[in-house]
Order: sequence, then structure tokens, then C-alpha cells
Amino acid sequence: MCLAVPGKIISIEGADPIFRCGKVNFGGIQKQINLAYVPEAKVGDYVLVHVGFAISTIDEAEAQEVFEYLRQLGELSELEESSSQ
Amino acid sequence: MKFIDEYRDAEGVQRYAQALKHITTKSWTLMEICGGQTHAIVKFGIDELLPPGVTMVHGPGCPVCVTPLELIEKAIEIASVPDVVFCSFGDMLRVPGISRDLLAVKAAGGDVRIVYSPLDALKLAKDNPEREVVFFAVGFETTAPANAMSVFQASRQGVRNFSLLVSHVLVPPAMEAILSSPENRVQGFLAAGHVCAVMGYTEYEPIASKYRVPVVVTGFEPLDIMQGIYMCVRQLETGTAEVENQYSRSVRREGNVPARNLIREVFRVVPRKWRGVGEIPQSGLGLQEKYAAFDAEARFGVADHTADEPAECMSGLVLQGIRKPYECPAFGVRCTPEHPLGATMVSSEGACAAYYHYRRRTL
Repeated sequence: MCLAVPGKIISIEGADPIFRCGKVNFGGIQKQINLAYVPEAKVGDYVLVHVGFAISTIDEAEAQEVFEYLRQLGELSELEESSSQ
Repeated sequence: MKFIDEYRDAEGVQRYAQALKHITTKSWTLMEICGGQTHAIVKFGIDELLPPGVTMVHGPGCPVCVTPLELIEKAIEIASVPDVVFCSFGDMLRVPGISRDLLAVKAAGGDVRIVYSPLDALKLAKDNPEREVVFFAVGFETTAPANAMSVFQASRQGVRNFSLLVSHVLVPPAMEAILSSPENRVQGFLAAGHVCAVMGYTEYEPIASKYRVPVVVTGFEPLDIMQGIYMCVRQLETGTAEVENQYSRSVRREGNVPARNLIREVFRVVPRKWRGVGEIPQSGLGLQEKYAAFDAEARFGVADHTADEPAECMSGLVLQGIRKPYECPAFGVRCTPEHPLGATMVSSEGACAAYYHYRRRTL
């Protein structure tokens, strides 16, 4: 039930912060999404959407961390292998 | 899709599996909290990539599964009232009550509708002022901001024919209940990434230090889950018990502050019954006094209803990670997704449904 899907903000409307909403594109499918909880999000940003609400703005730099961690693990294990030889 | 496909890279998953094998010297039992993670683990076969000593048990993080029978009975009673439009997420419609489910109410002529968002239910109320529109507000912290917003908007716009049947539950008290049980075997947790996107993870810090368990806030794609397991096992192997954040692209330590503020505006912490587990103190959300007019239990006079759980279903033990679904004698025989005995077989996120869909032939 806590499924949340990342999508890209296409447009933003609504002057009242509580009713702030916009179109979000999910791999080709566009839906009207409430953006009240991501006041910092701009057009072009990716947000995580759950039951019609953006609950988080996805941080593009942090998104690379999973791969960076893996790369460091790779370097570490290569170092260990070379030191054990 | 961006932020999904790249986290399903099979080679990266294999490399995490190798790294995990490299650091694992003992047997460890980890629990993933969220039903979405349970499904990803079973669907992608992640549990089969783990070293033999590392076992994943599946947590209580499926709100459909933990909603107690008495709330299903309340929902059925309200949905049966003429002129009520009863709105719910789809999963709840097939959860068995004592003698029938919400789909049976619909089949008998009740106006039961599946909606995507509580705001869809609020719109129905605005469009149909002569009808009573009730939304079945189930969920963990992830869903609370959406449900809170529906009440806040209804209140501001003076929508009087809208109410919530609230069955909100909270993760940290359930983790404490599991850790305090004499039967507990969980040594580390993958915390639910989307719950933490809303709430942050400061609540888990006292749990990690009090019970000496590592807690890793984890995402939902295979690479996320493998990294979460790796980080958790690395802590266990080195004797540390801290909160770490694997899902940093979406989770900040303080969570989503505007969302937390609106949750606090609309809801208060209350004791809640969990299906198969019983009442856990301070483990749920109910409406604040000032929003009591939006409480469907009071509006329809069902607040005092109680119901006992069926004896044959062992979902309470499954939800606490004490039993695996296939250890239940009814699994796949008297209990199937078409004819479920309990909610863990109904929900698309329930552990029993996950094993039924992805593992039945290999058991």
C-alpha cells in the first residue's frame, strides 16, 4: 500500500499552498498530483508520488549513491584481493 | 522509467550478493518492514541470492493485512447504509469480514467504489451533496498526509457529507512490539523507505540503541534492497546498532516537514488493534477532537463494535515474522487469494499472497 512512484513535474498550478497541484509524468502517463507537501519542487524535478500526493522530491545527486557505494565496494574487494596475493 | 530501471540492474545486484557473502561469517535474521519490500524480495528472488545464514522474515507493513476484523465489520455496516457512497483502496474490498466482504456488499447493491486517492472521495462528496461519502482511511505513515489533507480541505471548504473510517497504524510501536516479544528472532531491520520519506528516521534512533538492532532505511528496488541488507549485515558483523539511510534520494532525516505538520494538525496518536497481534498502545492515528465531525464511526454509530479473529488463520504469527506463510496448514489449500482466510492472503502486499503468487510451485 505504501507504493510510491517517481514522476517528473510537467506543470504547476494553484496559488493557495494547500491546493498546489500539477501535472506529473510517469513514463508517458500524466496525472494531476497534489504538490502541497513539496513546496520546494519545480517544473522538471522528479517527485515520489503516493495516492495522488507528492511526498518527497527526489535528490538527483543522492540518487547516484547506490552506484557510488557499489563502486567503492568493488575497489575495496579488489584491494583486498591484491593484498592477499 | 527513470529512478526505477537503473535500480533493477542484475549485475549490480549480483555484485552486492558477492560482497554480502564476503562479509557474512554468522547467521543473521533480518526483517523488512514494508509489504512492498516483501513482494520485491520474493518476486525478484532476492532471498535466494543471500548467503545461507542470512534469513529475511517479513514484517507487519501491510496496512490491509493488519486492519482488524472489527474495522472490516464497521466498514461493511457503513457501506450497507442506503445513500452511502463507500470509497476505498481496492485491496480492502476482498478482506473477509465475519460472513462477507465489501465486494459482497457491492454485489448486493451497495455503492462501494475503488478510488486512487482520498481526494477522489472528497470530489465525489462535493459532486454529490445529497449522498454521504465515506473514505476507508487505512494506511501507515506514508498515507497519513493524503488522508489528513482530505479532511483539512473538507473542513476548509465546508464539505459536510464527507467522513473517514480511520484505521491508521504506525511503524515504530509495531517494531517495539516485535522486539519485546519473547519469541522475537529479528536481529536487524530494513525500515520502510516511504514511511520514512514522510516521517524521517529520528524515531528509530532510540529503538536501535535500546534493543541493540541496526535499522537501515531502505528503498524498494532490487539494488536498494540488496544494499540495505548489506549495510544491515555489515553493522551486525561489526557489532554496531545504528540507523543508516540507504534511500537517501527520497528520505531526509527530518522527513517531510509540511506533511508531518498536517498529520499533527488532523490526527492524534491513539491505541490501535492490529489483526492477529492485538492492541498495541500508541500505535495508530485517530482524528483530533476539532475534526471529530469527520469521524465516520461516530457519524454512523459503529464505534463500539467488536469482533474476534478467526482461529484457523495464523496471520498474526506471519506478521510478526515468527512463521513463514508456507508453514500454515491452510496455505494454498483452504486459504487462497480467491478464498482467503486472512488478510495476508488478500492484499497484493501480504506475505502469504507473495508466496502464493511467486513460490507455490517450488514449495
